[in-house]
Amino acid sequence: MNIEMRGINKSFGTNQVLKDAGFLLKDGEVHALMGENGAGKSTLMKILTGVYTKDAGTIFVDGVEVNYKNPQEAEKAGIVFIYQEINSLFDLTVEENLFMGKEITKGFGICDKKAMREKAQEVMDRLGVSIPIDAVMGDLSVGQQQMVEICKALMVDAKVLIMDEPTAALTQSETEVLFEVMKGLVEKGVSIVYISHRMEEIFELCDRITILRDGSYIGTEYIKDITMDDVVKMMIGREIGERFPQRDVTMGEEVIRVENLSHPRYFKDVNFSVRAGEVLGVSGLMGAGRTEVMHAIFGNMPEATGKIFIDGKEVSIRNPREAIAAGIGFITEDRKTEGLLLEKPISDNIEVANLKKVSTRNILNPKKQIELVKRGIEEFRIKCFGPQHECHNLSGGNQQKVVLAKWIYTEPKILILDEPTRGVDIGAKKEIYSVINDLAAKGVAVILVSSELPEVLGMSDRIMVVHEGHVTGIIDAATADQEKVMTLATGGSL
Amino acid sequence: MKKEKNIGAIVGEYGAFIALLILFVFLSAISPEFRQPSNLLNLLRQASFNGLIAFGMTCVILADGIDLSVGSVFALSAVICAELIMMGMPAIVCICGALVAGTLMGVLSGLLVTKGRLQPFIATLVTMTAYRGLAKILTDAKPISRLAESLTGGSFLFKALGKGNLVPIFAKNIKFPIPAVILLLSFAIFYFMLNKTTYGRKVYATGSNAKCANLVGVDTQKIKISTYAISGFMSALAGLMMISRVNSAQPTLGQSYELDAIAAVALGGTSMSGGRGKISGTVAGVLIIAALNNGLNILGVQSYYQDVIKAIVILVAVLSDRKR
Ligand SMILES: Nc1ncnc2c1ncn2[C@@H]1O[C@H](COP(=O)(O)OP(=O)(O)OP(=O)(O)O)[C@@H](O)[C@H]1O
Ligand SMILES: [Mg+2]
Repeated sequence: MNIEMRGINKSFGTNQVLKDAGFLLKDGEVHALMGENGAGKSTLMKILTGVYTKDAGTIFVDGVEVNYKNPQEAEKAGIVFIYQEINSLFDLTVEENLFMGKEITKGFGICDKKAMREKAQEVMDRLGVSIPIDAVMGDLSVGQQQMVEICKALMVDAKVLIMDEPTAALTQSETEVLFEVMKGLVEKGVSIVYISHRMEEIFELCDRITILRDGSYIGTEYIKDITMDDVVKMMIGREIGERFPQRDVTMGEEVIRVENLSHPRYFKDVNFSVRAGEVLGVSGLMGAGRTEVMHAIFGNMPEATGKIFIDGKEVSIRNPREAIAAGIGFITEDRKTEGLLLEKPISDNIEVANLKKVSTRNILNPKKQIELVKRGIEEFRIKCFGPQHECHNLSGGNQQKVVLAKWIYTEPKILILDEPTRGVDIGAKKEIYSVINDLAAKGVAVILVSSELPEVLGMSDRIMVVHEGHVTGIIDAATADQEKVMTLATGGSL
Repeated sequence: MKKEKNIGAIVGEYGAFIALLILFVFLSAISPEFRQPSNLLNLLRQASFNGLIAFGMTCVILADGIDLSVGSVFALSAVICAELIMMGMPAIVCICGALVAGTLMGVLSGLLVTKGRLQPFIATLVTMTAYRGLAKILTDAKPISRLAESLTGGSFLFKALGKGNLVPIFAKNIKFPIPAVILLLSFAIFYFMLNKTTYGRKVYATGSNAKCANLVGVDTQKIKISTYAISGFMSALAGLMMISRVNSAQPTLGQSYELDAIAAVALGGTSMSGGRGKISGTVAGVLIIAALNNGLNILGVQSYYQDVIKAIVILVAVLSDRKR
């Protein structure tokens, strides 16, 4: 299927987010769509499938002008969208989500449970995932939810598959399986639009690339003709230099030590420590228990046992308030359900974590409020109309920056970052890395959980690898490489 | 970037006030009696009972709860006050006792929701039924009357609550009902609390996303309990004003008051799923309901028709509010 979009304009209120944007998809290709956070990638694709209506422009599918009124119509035409935001009903089971609106029936509206199970299992096997079909969606990790979304799309016979950052919540090994599946689809003649901020993936997988900047079309190139640096330059209009900025830190005393941290279901006997100014990377496969360990340290896992020492003294952390009081900050992996008050503006989100800072004797101080929020928007270069921009209308990467800003202003001694660059563009990633480096330079102990191996390798001083709830090794980053980490992550030993 | 406001946004933001204005203009135009200053002050007094309850309800709903027990708290606190009066306590003790009791009733609802992990609807359905029953047990299901006369000390204070008037020195012909004064004061306090304090922020954050709020150090359980406590206190205060006004207390007081309170909150544009809403909207909602009651009475509309008209106005107002 060929798709051509020409001269697309789109404004939200007075904010024009697409200006004369275009896009050309050929039959049977994998076409990358890249651009900074807020460049308008998701919006462009949502216009194609009728989620949003365009203000101007034309769309041709196989030479015929189309105007899909809603995603269902586009899906009927064979265009299937895997959204960036997880789009499931969290109270329902995996199976119910997979077949929502497309239930297989025996007639008279009676569901054919058996047929649905078989079909679901078949798709899951193809993707090599083992998610219980009866599990409630809300209980799954973000990565698993993402997999369910992908399964959902694969159950439809698509001619064009639009994948908006499908790997953002996946680790290396799931990503590899997904790529195999995608290659299989392409062989069958499916065309794929692939949106991602992970440069390596684009170069591994895609045939051509289109770049948007500030809502405008910049260019389309064959992947084999350009380099990563070219792409970055097209995306942000300048070079950014090294991806992982240098850190020049002399490490101090041990700040946090965790001893025999265990949980009846998720992990056992986790031991590690982090020094002032050190960055401890945490790697592992999806569901290895990394996130759960972090929640336990933050007092958010009531059943966890073990000891935590801060500055050499044992502390008791029974809830997040005590963790914050002990000097811990925690940027959670799931910004939608845990990180943000989505319907609230940026200002409220930054303020709520810093209520002491913006008030005097529990009464809000408007001057301090404005100062703090302005500072956040400027320092983190959050792309928005202003402090009142509601977070659900921010692009994914900018949402992440709001979460970062709110925690960093609490001035923690220990900062846990769980997938801090998920869905963040390459320029902003570097800004986040610089922030991490600045914090380390100030003597903050940093724990960086990440599924992106280059990031863990590039940013950490030491790397802790978790496999099925056990720490399989803590290695020095200087001697670590992709292979070593993967070996440990899959349960092997060095 | 400049953010221009179009008509739609203005209507969306002040929808309840616009509806209120239209209603007032309309009722004033067709009924000279309605627009009498004395009637308008009377309307304000009638509004005060529902108003106080609705303010508390706003807090509960903002924190993603709902309080069905307000009518029963209203009755049980009133009955407790009456019993204390009959025991010969001075007015101040009776009043404070009832207010403390009402607050504790709210706390219990809050505990059922947070520690007991009951859904707010169910938890307060339970307390609503229980408190009503208790009120009947306490009074043997009979009214207790001649309250002011039975008071040993401070009956002036008790009478003032519901019947008193504030007469400004500069305009001796205006009598400002005390309940209306309490309503305005409460509005000021709630406005300040929800908009200007860290507590208000925590309430909104809890209702918006409790998980997120909890992770940034907001004790969401405590916040939720506190909103039910506030609701209990306000219901008790309204109950006291009522028994002061009618000079008797009975266990059937305040039946179905939760409906008017919830309607006022909804009319005011507060989201039933928490996190979004304004106390000023609730004020508008309360006044719309009071103006309807008062106006339709003056116009001599039959009470069954009144209910239907009220329902239609609520529906229209809430629907027009949704278009933002
Ligand atoms: N529903 C909306 N209302 C208002 N503004 C919106 C809405 N959706 C998107 N925007 C704005 O449009 C711009 C483009 O957003 P879009 O989500 O398309 O970016 P993106 O390129 O997909 O970014 P990311 O890589 O972060 O996902 C952003 O500035 C965003 O704030
Ligand atoms: Mg996007």
